[in-house]
Amino acid sequence: MIRIHVRRKTFGATEILRDIRLSIAPGERIAILGPSGVGKSTLLRIVAGVDTRYEGEVERPADVAIVFQEPTLLRWRSVLDNLLLTHRGLSREAALSMLERVGLGAKAGLFPGQLSLGQQRRVALARAFAGRPELLVMDEPYASLDPATADEMLSLTEELLDLVRPTLLLVTHARSEAERLGQRILRLEGSPATLVDDAPPEGRAAEGLSPPSPPSRS
Amino acid sequence: MRSDGVARFVSLGGILGLWIVAALVAADPLVLPAPWALVEPLRREIASGALPFHLSQTLLRVAWAFALAMALGIAIGLVMGTKPRIDRWFDPWLTVFLNLPALVLIVLCYLWIGLNETAAIMAVTLNKIPNVVIVIREGARALDPELSAMARVFRMSPIDRLRHVVLPQLAPYVAAAARGGVAVIWKVVLVVEFLGRSNGIGFKIHMHFQQFNVGMVLIYSLSFVAVMLAVEALLLRPWESRVRRWRAA
Repeated sequence: MIRIHVRRKTFGATEILRDIRLSIAPGERIAILGPSGVGKSTLLRIVAGVDTRYEGEVERPADVAIVFQEPTLLRWRSVLDNLLLTHRGLSREAALSMLERVGLGAKAGLFPGQLSLGQQRRVALARAFAGRPELLVMDEPYASLDPATADEMLSLTEELLDLVRPTLLLVTHARSEAERLGQRILRLEGSPATLVDDAPPEGRAAEGLSPPSPPSRS
Repeated sequence: MRSDGVARFVSLGGILGLWIVAALVAADPLVLPAPWALVEPLRREIASGALPFHLSQTLLRVAWAFALAMALGIAIGLVMGTKPRIDRWFDPWLTVFLNLPALVLIVLCYLWIGLNETAAIMAVTLNKIPNVVIVIREGARALDPELSAMARVFRMSPIDRLRHVVLPQLAPYVAAAARGGVAVIWKVVLVVEFLGRSNGIGFKIHMHFQQFNVGMVLIYSLSFVAVMLAVEALLLRPWESRVRRWRAA
């Protein structure tokens, strides 16, 4: 179970997040919607353990993977090395197999700069799933992609989610993405931002939402 | 790449041309001998083993000081560039050391430590560290925070982070510091040898200066310039193009 309780997160004198409570069952897929600048990425970074300057507690598993808005690859290492260096226990065969799965088996020896943006994002996806993480956090991973490429990436993500079955926390401002990948959709809104259920009566705060049952693994 | 080499060759040829013209104008081999007048004394110095010996002594000091200054400068620059609080505290130190004349550091090291190898290398190292720190600190400030975040989330080990995430980003800055470093270090080494060593190019220049032997001063100093150009061409440039090959891909 992943438990998130962010009492307060500030940047200087500005309070960004307040009283965010969320429990996520293993394997559950949560999508958080919200307008740009509301604090979605900030929340995600807190959950991923990147941002530790906040008031509150986060219980997360040891194996976490992240997909950023940008591919965030090691541009000076080959595509294959990008997987192997971030997962020391991963065999070369397993890394190549993951690259095959995202359609980049033939590009394993290239540098990321030799790939298109769409291909770089597929490498980022492959890297995230290669370590079979318990928790996967995705920060608007399809932003700035054309609709056809975004659709292709969403299909690939669905396929990999079904294969690896991590707990997913996705933040996006696109409802279609949230509906396609999320089993539960929440919204981050207000200033300071709080979490609310996406379709609750009168915008009931997400706190107190009963933890959903884990998804079926069949 | 080839036109690059031609340009360098022609450029160096230009310096030689200027030297020949100046020697003809001076018309006094005691003040400025022509390049060809140095060939025979150069051959003699090489044959006697004097030039290789003094060259190797200076090269050894340059190598030690370079390695120490780069290692310490990179470490300090990295810390100052990534930890603003430490940077605030130690930035004034950097200003002090940057403005401390090389001569003062050399004299103080000789006075405090003695006229020995340790003092000589320490003086050169202390002279160069602040310059390396300044360059590396800029590089550290420009490190991509998203890559650092990625490395943390994927729990890359500190060694892997340094080797595969941080140092490749710093490589252009390290290369700039190294190239500038070699040029500055060997000049300071010469002063150190001039003032307090009994071997090395600086010592020989001191000796021939007292004899007003311009030819020998030129032979020893230009020999070392040639060695340093070779070091740059055979070591630094290939290393630089190796670490930058991903940019060209």
